[in-house]
Amino acid sequence: MSEQSSRPVAGHVPVLRLGEVLLVTLQGDLYDTTAQQLQQDLSESIATSRVTGVVIDISGVEVVDSFLGRVLAEIAAQSELLAARTVLAGMRPAVAITLVELGLTLPGMRTALNTEAALELLTRPAVPSRSGGLRQESP
Amino acid sequence: MPEHEAGGTPTVEVRDFLRRRREQIAQRWADEPLFRTVFTVSRDEAVEAGKVVVDALAEVADAGRVEDPDAAGFSGLREQLARMGAARSRAGLSTTQVSSELAALWPPMENLLVADMGEAPPERTRECASALGVLMGTLRLVAMQAALSEGQALIDRQRLQLLEVATPVIKLWDGIVAVPLIGTLDSARSQVVMETLLNAVVDQQARFAILDITGVPTVDSLVAQHLMKTVAAARLMGAECVVSGIRPAIAQTIVHLGLDLGTVKTRASLADALGHCLHELGTNIVNAAPDGAGRR
Amino acid sequence: MPTAAGVEARLPIRSDMDLVWVRQHVRQAAAQLGFGLVDQTKVLTAASELARNTLVHGGGGEVEVSHVTADGVSGLRLTFSDSGPGIPDLDRALSDGYTTGDGLGMGLGGARRLVHDFEVESAPGSGTTVRVTSWVGRRPGRPGEA
Repeated sequence: MSEQSSRPVAGHVPVLRLGEVLLVTLQGDLYDTTAQQLQQDLSESIATSRVTGVVIDISGVEVVDSFLGRVLAEIAAQSELLAARTVLAGMRPAVAITLVELGLTLPGMRTALNTEAALELLTRPAVPSRSGGLRQESP
Repeated sequence: MPEHEAGGTPTVEVRDFLRRRREQIAQRWADEPLFRTVFTVSRDEAVEAGKVVVDALAEVADAGRVEDPDAAGFSGLREQLARMGAARSRAGLSTTQVSSELAALWPPMENLLVADMGEAPPERTRECASALGVLMGTLRLVAMQAALSEGQALIDRQRLQLLEVATPVIKLWDGIVAVPLIGTLDSARSQVVMETLLNAVVDQQARFAILDITGVPTVDSLVAQHLMKTVAAARLMGAECVVSGIRPAIAQTIVHLGLDLGTVKTRASLADALGHCLHELGTNIVNAAPDGAGRR
Repeated sequence: MPTAAGVEARLPIRSDMDLVWVRQHVRQAAAQLGFGLVDQTKVLTAASELARNTLVHGGGGEVEVSHVTADGVSGLRLTFSDSGPGIPDLDRALSDGYTTGDGLGMGLGGARRLVHDFEVESAPGSGTTVRVTSWVGRRPGRPGEA
């Protein structure tokens, strides 16, 4: 496992705004309180900035357990209520395999291979596909 | 040096003998093929190794467990015995031959023991020789076990390597990878297939992965479960996994067994799956017009 | 032969912060023992689940991390213990789909699937001990299981 993601993240996770989308990049190991703080921060940010999308990049995350899984699912649910769509981007294979083994398949969550694909998914006026694929509207 | 106790049990006597004659036993063993050919750097090295073995035997005798291969004293020896056995194997010896070389360690010991016990009643000598013989027999068993588990470890490693080689990943298009499977899908293989496919998805940032099971003879509930896990994991990563190569017989089996493939997308052939993925990507392949126009 | 140095430890689980330290240590230990990436992630995730259980449901406790060997294979053993209220219905807690109302369960059934060997002792009033072991290179699962 990489060295760079070994510093635990305390306090607030930075939330960037890219036009109509909020971008959150999770790195390394999060304290439970940090994850919960993020959930709160995002709720407030979506409400105040009226964005239509949230991208959570977890390409730097090595472990997603049921706690973090629930936080992510709740972020998606809360965003939906605030008229924003959430996309989880960049999950690592080992994490995906482990989550499936745990029985956490996050069925309602939109996913994408990377941040770019996530943004594409959110900014296209397309039917939101669960796997992040694009479907052309027929002319 | 512990006194020669006339009243101790045979195993206690054996323990004392081993401790007393540690040097001599190791010296005699150093000249035996097993030690001589393994420790080629110096004879001293062979003698030291012999002492380690004698010490372990003494520990086992002390615990009174001469017939037990799981006795604590043996655990420290396993690695060394495995290495010695492996060295002899590499030199071309069969397992039987290695076993014989181990057996050859007995006569020098027996001679020393009998000499030591010269004054004791014959019955007593016989008992102690017997206990020591059992101990040496157990040592052989431990050595064979160590060789066996080394062999097993090698087989496991090679099987894994074989599985990885047998799971090729093919890039069909930008953003589309395929893994054609041939042969039965057991638990171990399914894990390798899943990891290989998902790693390919990351490496190539492929939004679509096609798992072709044309070459898989049977699909039972376990295989179906593996397929579903792979599809679920791919989805979590942001990719869609399509299962192709569903032969009519397989389709029948799936329905008969009442297997629910859930939301897994399936296609009869790899070509159909490719068509689906290309369509999803918004890529059209058109035939070139006679004048060369209309190329994609 | 991987060494046990640095693997063995007894870590307290008394706060949110301790969960992170437990994960860090287990990650290091697993890497040191030579676990592959997927297996590392699985045991690490299991450790996270069980440590949190110890904290949230057991009122705090500790985890003992140790290096074990069997037939020449290295293994990582984690023993989580607390002197909390215990698990009232153990069978139910181990079956899939059991929840305490917070939506995602106590994590026991899930954690069990991530490790090779799993033992739990618990009774109301006498605390809980969960002992899990994962072996390097071995594929998890019992015969007949995925």
